[in-house]
Amino acid sequence: MANVLINAPKTARRGETIELKALILHPMETGFRPGANGTIIPRNIIQDFTASWNGVEIFRMRMSPAIAANPYVSFCAVASESGVVRLRWSGDNGFAVEESVTVTVT
Amino acid sequence: MTVLATRRRFIAGAAVVTLLPLDAARATPETLAAAIRAVTGDAPLRPGRVALDIPPLVENGNAVPLTVTVESPMTAADHVTAIHVFNEKNPQPHVFDARLGPRNGRALVRTRIKLADTQKVVAVAETSDGAFWSAGADVIVTIAACVEDPT
Repeated sequence: MANVLINAPKTARRGETIELKALILHPMETGFRPGANGTIIPRNIIQDFTASWNGVEIFRMRMSPAIAANPYVSFCAVASESGVVRLRWSGDNGFAVEESVTVTVT
Repeated sequence: MTVLATRRRFIAGAAVVTLLPLDAARATPETLAAAIRAVTGDAPLRPGRVALDIPPLVENGNAVPLTVTVESPMTAADHVTAIHVFNEKNPQPHVFDARLGPRNGRALVRTRIKLADTQKVVAVAETSDGAFWSAGADVIVTIAACVEDPT
């Protein structure tokens, strides 16, 4: 279920700004479209995406149905110290996925 | 005569029924303005500092790449606290809002969005001094998103 791709540099110089890219498989069903039998397909989206660096939240994004299916999000972070970047997606129907990557600061 | 009249009434009624939900479920320039107002409050919305990078012509509205960058030193004293993106003609005016801080180093958000029609997209950035900056872009969409179930 949890199909996640995270692209982050393995190492970074101290104080360098790095770009983190994350992609997750999710239909992002809008709740506005009629399905095969004419009834509206119920909404099923990711509502929240958060990123934390060693437990400190550095980025948060609230999504609406207008985010494309398989949401891709990219943002920047200052490599302050070596640590774990934890990414978390949560949404409708109890959807919750957590993935983390390790960045070594030299 | 009565048969014809009821048939006409039925067709007229059916036309209204099929047209109404489509019109009612669309964001409009007014709802776009209202959504932006809900974020900015009474603060003035100034053009500039925000760069909204989105293709001017897209073939498929289901996944339109979008990049928002804001000119900011991103220090503890002067940084971007939030980036909001709105649209004009999707069912809802809201696209996303991202919360940033000095830990980001650079005020940048990239994602992919759905566009239901040829329309205007607006990005609003909130800075730590409480100011709001914005940029807009017009996008021509040839195949709209959210029209039918692709399966």
